[in-house]
Amino acid sequence: MGFEKFGRVSFTAQTKVGNFVDYLEKGELAGTKCPKCGRKYFPPRADCSWCPDSTVAWIKIEGTGKLVSFTRVHYGPTGFEDDVPYTLALADFNGVKVFGRLSKDLDEGQTKVGMEVKAVTAFLPGGQLSYELVPV
Amino acid sequence: MSRDVAIVGVGQSTFFRNYEGSIRELAFEAFREAIKDAGITPADVGASIICSAPEYDKQRSPSGLMAEYLGLNPQPTFAIETVCSSSTTGIRVGYSLIKAGLHDVVVVLGFQKMSEISSADSQERMGRGADIMWESPFGTMMPAYYAMHARAHFNRYGSTEKDLALIRIKAAKYGQLNDKAVYRKGLELDQVLSAEAVASPLKRFDCCANADGSSCIILASAERAKEISQKPVWIMGLGAATASLTMTGREALDGLNSARLASKQAYEMAGVGPADIDVAEVHDCFTIAELMAYENLGFADPGKGVELIREGETYLEGKIPVNVDGGLLSKGHPIGATGGSQVRTIVLQLRGEAGAMQVPDPEIGLVHNIGGVGIYANVIILGR
Ligand SMILES: [Zn+2]
Repeated sequence: MGFEKFGRVSFTAQTKVGNFVDYLEKGELAGTKCPKCGRKYFPPRADCSWCPDSTVAWIKIEGTGKLVSFTRVHYGPTGFEDDVPYTLALADFNGVKVFGRLSKDLDEGQTKVGMEVKAVTAFLPGGQLSYELVPV
Repeated sequence: MSRDVAIVGVGQSTFFRNYEGSIRELAFEAFREAIKDAGITPADVGASIICSAPEYDKQRSPSGLMAEYLGLNPQPTFAIETVCSSSTTGIRVGYSLIKAGLHDVVVVLGFQKMSEISSADSQERMGRGADIMWESPFGTMMPAYYAMHARAHFNRYGSTEKDLALIRIKAAKYGQLNDKAVYRKGLELDQVLSAEAVASPLKRFDCCANADGSSCIILASAERAKEISQKPVWIMGLGAATASLTMTGREALDGLNSARLASKQAYEMAGVGPADIDVAEVHDCFTIAELMAYENLGFADPGKGVELIREGETYLEGKIPVNVDGGLLSKGHPIGATGGSQVRTIVLQLRGEAGAMQVPDPEIGLVHNIGGVGIYANVIILGR
């Protein structure tokens, strides 16, 4: 429980990595790392499929990432109709990729592949939590 | 080349925006055509494989219903699903049933009545097509994912919105020749480029239309195929691969790795290469998907796919005709039926029965059918 607080719209409440929300609340973007093989996971996973092992530890995704791609979305699925347009993006934080929304105030014309972004916690209406990518 | 399993019958319903009948009746349209094409009766069929994306079905477990309605009781039936590539996955399974010697004739029936559910329900299901824990909560839709691939391709290789528009114009040209297509109008460059944005850089005409439709492919063992068919079309090669559902697991977004791997397998099994392909059907759910397919199938080097469309090489008269039946962009994309429809087009081409869409005397054809944003990829190479 607790994971239902993640996202503009939540689709599932139960996961072993529900603590992700607690880190978000503190302003931290958290992933997991397998202590056996050292692989880092974002989004966080409770299990390392390589080893396979289930004793992962939490790590912080810090610093800046580079935008891999983005799209300005003009039609949203159910529950997102009032948000459009919004920008979905993928960024690469030194080999760990993060998918999310770009900050609303960023103009599409100013958005470029390769630009530097950081992840910050977004406090949404109704007590929901998310993160967004903002230019550095 | 492999001559163990042949296609002996093909059928497809017209693709509709809104089919005014039930799913069983929709399925029957393709089945009737395929059974007549093969010249067999339902009693000759050893097993049926029913392919649809279940989120659009009100009927639970439609395989049982279909086997009854198509006259395929008491033979075994079961469902196969890999969303948009379900029916080519069905063909892969049917191939293996025949190779294993369990059955000598197998029906692969794909169907989708996307209008079965309301558009609000459809929008809700669309949102859950991504990873519901980590991506759906941001408001993701299929066009957005392909749009991110388009932007990555533009950025790396210098391809443009105009290149994508050229692909749509080709699809519109051939859609006019296909009386089973949903979209049968021609399009001009200005119209395509000035259409409203869906998910930038993709605009309205870069996206295929939802549709209701069915397809049916009948497979037979070599021995039965020679008895049944004057013009069997042989499955020379099959390839299938997967990639991570979440975008964070992808190496890059300027191509689909699952398609690269699946085509490599299919070429190896068939003992042919990209230059040997005379006609191809690729999964153009979005214009960018066709451009990536040119490169992922080896018709062009990475980044050079644009040259094929700029120079008209994927038109009927070109070096490698692609989607000369209008593709998903013009035919429409009834999820579970799409792969079977692509296979039907290539079978008709190889038999010289493609009418106005006929490529001159093709010997080897290829089908590239993708599920989701390259989560699943199937490539099938066919020969006569
Ligand atoms: Zn590990």
